[in-house]
Amino acid sequence: MNDEQRPVLAEAHGVTVRYGERTILDDVHLRVHAGEIVTLIGPNGAGKSTLVRIMLGLQRPDSGMVSLAKGVTIGYVPQRLAVEPTMPLTVRRFLTLLSRHPKQRLSEVLHQVGVEERLDAAMQTLSGGELQRVLLARALLRDPDLLFLDEPVQGVDVSGQGELYELIGRLRDEHGVGILMVSHDLHLVMERTDLVFCLDQQMCCTGHPEQVKKQPAFQTLFQAGMGLAPYTHHHDGHAHHTWCRDCPQSKGKSHE
Amino acid sequence: MSDFLLRALLAGLGVALVTGPLGTFVVWRRMAYFGDTLAHSALLGVALSLVLRINTTLTITVVCTVLALLLVALQAQKRLASDTLLGILAHSALSLGLITIALVEQIRIDLMGYLFGDILAVTRTDLYWIAGGGLLTLVVLALIWRPLLAMTVHEELAQVEGVRVTLMRTIFVILVAVVIAVAMKVVGILLITALLIIPAATARHFARTPEQMALMAAGFGCLAVVGGLFGSFRWNLPTGPAIVLAAALLFFSGPYWLPGRKRT
Repeated sequence: MNDEQRPVLAEAHGVTVRYGERTILDDVHLRVHAGEIVTLIGPNGAGKSTLVRIMLGLQRPDSGMVSLAKGVTIGYVPQRLAVEPTMPLTVRRFLTLLSRHPKQRLSEVLHQVGVEERLDAAMQTLSGGELQRVLLARALLRDPDLLFLDEPVQGVDVSGQGELYELIGRLRDEHGVGILMVSHDLHLVMERTDLVFCLDQQMCCTGHPEQVKKQPAFQTLFQAGMGLAPYTHHHDGHAHHTWCRDCPQSKGKSHE
Repeated sequence: MSDFLLRALLAGLGVALVTGPLGTFVVWRRMAYFGDTLAHSALLGVALSLVLRINTTLTITVVCTVLALLLVALQAQKRLASDTLLGILAHSALSLGLITIALVEQIRIDLMGYLFGDILAVTRTDLYWIAGGGLLTLVVLALIWRPLLAMTVHEELAQVEGVRVTLMRTIFVILVAVVIAVAMKVVGILLITALLIIPAATARHFARTPEQMALMAAGFGCLAVVGGLFGSFRWNLPTGPAIVLAAALLFFSGPYWLPGRKRT
């Protein structure tokens, strides 16, 4: 796929975030094109969710900027959602909190994500995987051009994960949706991702999945993700550098 | 029915109609302590109105609003846990109010009346305040209902979908401030939060949608007012506490205790 011919939907330019002494993101550059799936991977505390929040405009970077293409509709699947037990709220109502949809459409979208029968269930009775599917349904109801998915399949059973990734892949192929996704499910993600960004404060490896797979830094992470090797992430600078230094394309130089 | 009793009934019902729906949001947003803090600061408003000789309800509204906005700003900084911050502000505002009243020696006020309410002393002017403030609050709440509900479920998701969360949060805390100022006469500073929380919590047993819960909360609040006034009249009980107790009785007689009832 030739990225240059597709419109850029969202862009982060030199984004830097610090919490006190600690640098969360350091001069990060990132672009999401229409019809492209970009997957952010990296150890805990690498700043993946922070980067997503910044691109959504929920948080301001200390320096750098983000821009969204004009007229782009955004869908967002947050990392977690807990509905207060004191609030009586059905799935149907949750999906129509800010916009009305005919029942036909609600059923259709819930069917797509595989929880059609839960339309009138209370939100509090959903399992973790069902909740994740309902969140995705709410994002899809907006007919988004651009999706931000923060670990969209956490808690979903293995066969369900495959189905959801397939659905995400179809959204890209059939509707040209651009997708920025945070994920830990490396092997499942790899099949459909166009571009992988390994994030650890800086972009350390970027590229197409097959390329990235060969890079040593990625292999460290990949093994950790697969549970093949114990991988501990330390917050002191030394550990970061060990992780990132192996990367041929390190130091915030990313795909531009 | 004597005049003062009718006025008391109207005042109580007026307040309950507003605290019910507003209280559902206080419950959903876990802001019980927030309401308490604002209520405590109301005494400071009373003191100021006595010193400056301005209308009491107006002064309380202003003081509560200022404190509410200050709280929202401080909470946004996230330096202290929210309940710690509220605890500090609640009790310093209450103490400041008590000290101010004590310092103004020539004024002798009925402190108990402010702390626990004096619904039987409600005047026509008080009724106008309750009607005006209550109606305004209900209209504004209806206008911001959908976005406020959406951001109560998930603030960031609502923000991404276009809700102006800071504006909505600000409007909401101002509404709480107005209602506290208006309701103070009925149940007093120390018991206002009860009228926000208890009817809403009772309604949770029965409601199947957020809107039902708001309407039922208003209904249970009205029942509590009628019951409390009746008890107060019949057995010569202090009225504010009697209303709160009636609300609590309603809560505990609900299906709360039934085992295994599924909440939907």
